[in-house]
Amino acid sequence: MSSLTMRPCGDFRTSYKQDNTIFETKTIRWVAILSIIALCFAPLIVDGYFITLLIQISYLGIAALGLNILVGYTGQISLGHGAFFGFGAFASAWLSTSLQIPVFLSIPLAGFFTMGVGMMFGMPAARIKGLYLAIATLAAQFIIEDFFARADWFSGGSAGSMAEPLTLFGFAFDTDQSFYYVALFALVFMFIWGCNLMRSRDGRAFIAVRDHYLSAEIMGVSLNKYRLLSFGISSFYAGIGGALYAHYLGYVSAEGFTIFMSIQFLAMIIIGGLGSIKGTLMGVIFMVFLPEALEGIVGIMKMTDWGNIPMVVDGLAYIKEMAIGLVIIGFLIFEPEGLSHRWTQIKNYWKFYPFAY
Amino acid sequence: MSESILKVEQISLAFGGVKALTDISFEVPKGSVFSIIGPNGAGKTSMLNCISGRYSPNAGNIYFNNQNVTKLRPNDRADLGMGRTFQNLALFGHMSVLDNIMVGRHHLLKNNWLTGPLYWASNAQKEELAHRKYVEEVIDFLEISHIRKAVAGTLSYGLRKRVELARAMALKPQLILLDEPMAGMNLEEKEDMARYILDLNEEFGITVVMIEHDMGVVMDISHKVMVLDFGKKLIAGLPDEVMADPHVKRAYLGIEDETAETEVEIKEAS
Repeated sequence: MSSLTMRPCGDFRTSYKQDNTIFETKTIRWVAILSIIALCFAPLIVDGYFITLLIQISYLGIAALGLNILVGYTGQISLGHGAFFGFGAFASAWLSTSLQIPVFLSIPLAGFFTMGVGMMFGMPAARIKGLYLAIATLAAQFIIEDFFARADWFSGGSAGSMAEPLTLFGFAFDTDQSFYYVALFALVFMFIWGCNLMRSRDGRAFIAVRDHYLSAEIMGVSLNKYRLLSFGISSFYAGIGGALYAHYLGYVSAEGFTIFMSIQFLAMIIIGGLGSIKGTLMGVIFMVFLPEALEGIVGIMKMTDWGNIPMVVDGLAYIKEMAIGLVIIGFLIFEPEGLSHRWTQIKNYWKFYPFAY
Repeated sequence: MSESILKVEQISLAFGGVKALTDISFEVPKGSVFSIIGPNGAGKTSMLNCISGRYSPNAGNIYFNNQNVTKLRPNDRADLGMGRTFQNLALFGHMSVLDNIMVGRHHLLKNNWLTGPLYWASNAQKEELAHRKYVEEVIDFLEISHIRKAVAGTLSYGLRKRVELARAMALKPQLILLDEPMAGMNLEEKEDMARYILDLNEEFGITVVMIEHDMGVVMDISHKVMVLDFGKKLIAGLPDEVMADPHVKRAYLGIEDETAETEVEIKEAS
C-alpha cells in the first residue's frame, strides 16, 4: 500500500510495521475511523431515503470492489459481474428459504457458492486475454441469466424468490434503519479485507500478473492459479454484495441482473479508478448519487419556465439517462485514471501550494 | 567448485525452420560465475529461456541440482531456487520498488487469500514483516534504499536493472540467471554492477549464469565462459582459453587480419 505521495514533516517511521499500514498517515486513519463512527449515527440524522442510498452504496460497493480486484488489480476483464451479483442474491435466498440455513450464515455461504461458479466460468481466463476474455465472460452473463429464468427450484423462475430478513439473536434487521448497520459493517469488513489482501502475498501476485505476467511467472507466481483465484475472489465479493441485496429487499427477481448491471459495475470502477480501493468507493458513491443529483436538477428545471414546455417535460427522463452517459464519457476523456487519481492530484496541489513541485 | 548445480544435456530448440540451439551441453559448477557470450542471434537468450522455463526445448534435458527440470513450469523452477533478470526490463511498473522485491519472496511466504486478509488475526502480519526484513537486507546490499518507495516505472534504466537484480535475489536463489546485466550502462554503473555480481556470488554463495557483451567484464569476473555461435557451442572453458581460441576470434571477438594491434592487445591481456 505504498505510494509516492509525500508524508508530512515529522512523520518518522521506526518500524516496518509502521511502514506497512493501510492508511498513509495517522491523520488519515483517524479521519477514516471517525467518519465510520459518524456514519453509525446517520440514521438518527438523515431521512430514510438517504439511508436507502447508503445501503445501496454498501452492497454495490462490495461487488464493485470485487470487480476492481479482477479488472484493476489483476488486469483481467469481466462482463459477467452483474450475473454473479445475481447468483449471490439467489443463492442466499435459496439457502435461507429452502435449506433453512440462518441468514447470517447463508450470506457468506452464498459468497463461496458464487466463488465456485465464478471460478468455473473463469477457467478460460487462465488461457485467454483481453477482448476474447470479455466475450467469454459475456457468455457467462447470458448463461447465468438463462439459468435464473429456467431453474425454478433455485430462483423461483419468472416469479422470483423471497428472501428472509437477516436475524441475529432474535433481532430482525428488517427495517432500512437496522439493515443499514449490517450493510455498513459488511462494507467496512470487506474493504478492510480488500486492503489487507492487496498488501499481502496474493494481492502482490495479482498486481505482478497484471504488470508483467512473464516475469511474474519467473518470480514463482503461477499464472493459471492467480488468474483463476482472482476470478474467484471477484465473484466472492459479487456474491456477498448480491446476498446483502437479496436480504435487504426481501425479494429477488431475475430481471435486474442483466448485462446493463455488469456494465454499470465496470463504469463504477473506471470512474473511481482502476486498481484503487478508495477509488472503488468513490466511483460507487458517484454512480449512486449522480442520478439523484440529476433528479434534483430536473426538479429545479420543472420549477422554472422551461418546465412548461411540453417537449422538455416529456424529455426530462431521457435527458437524465443521457446525462449519465455523458458524464461517463467525460470521465473517460478528461480523467481516465479515475476519481482517486484526481483526489491525489488535488491533495498534492494543496500540499505543495504555492509551489508546483 | 567440482559439483555442478546446473547440467544442460544436448538441448536443441527450433522455431519452425530456424534452429536457435543445436545440441548444446554444458555444466555450471556450484558457486561459479558462468558467462555465455556470442554474437547477436547466437541463441544466448534462448538458452537462458530454456533454463528458466520460458521455452521448452525440442530435445535434451536440463538438470538443476540433479533434478530434471526440463518439463517444469517457470514458477516451479523459482520454488527450486532459480532466479533471473531480463534483458529488456521486466519490472512490475506500477508497484513500488519494495513491493517489486517482495514479489520475489512469493514462494517463501505462506499466507494466502484467506489468511492474508485476516492480517492481524492470522500470522500474515508477522510473516510479512519478517520477510520485509530480509528484503531490506537485499535493498541495503544493492544500495537502493533511497528509492524503495518509488514507483518502479519511474526509475532510471540503471536503477531499474538494479531493482531487477534485487527482485531476483529476494527469491533466495541458488542459481541466478542474468541476461545482459550491464547493457546500456555507463562505466560507473558497470563497475557497481560487476561488484554486486561478485559479491552476491561470494557472500551469498549464489551461482551466476550471465550473458554479457562487455568482454572486459566477462573476462575479469567469470570463472568459466561459454561461446555460442549460430545456435552451436563453440567452446567452454576458462576465460583465457576462450580468448585464445581461433574460432572464437573469428566468430565474435574479431578476426586476425583486422588489425595487428588488437591481436597484440588480446595476447597481452591474456
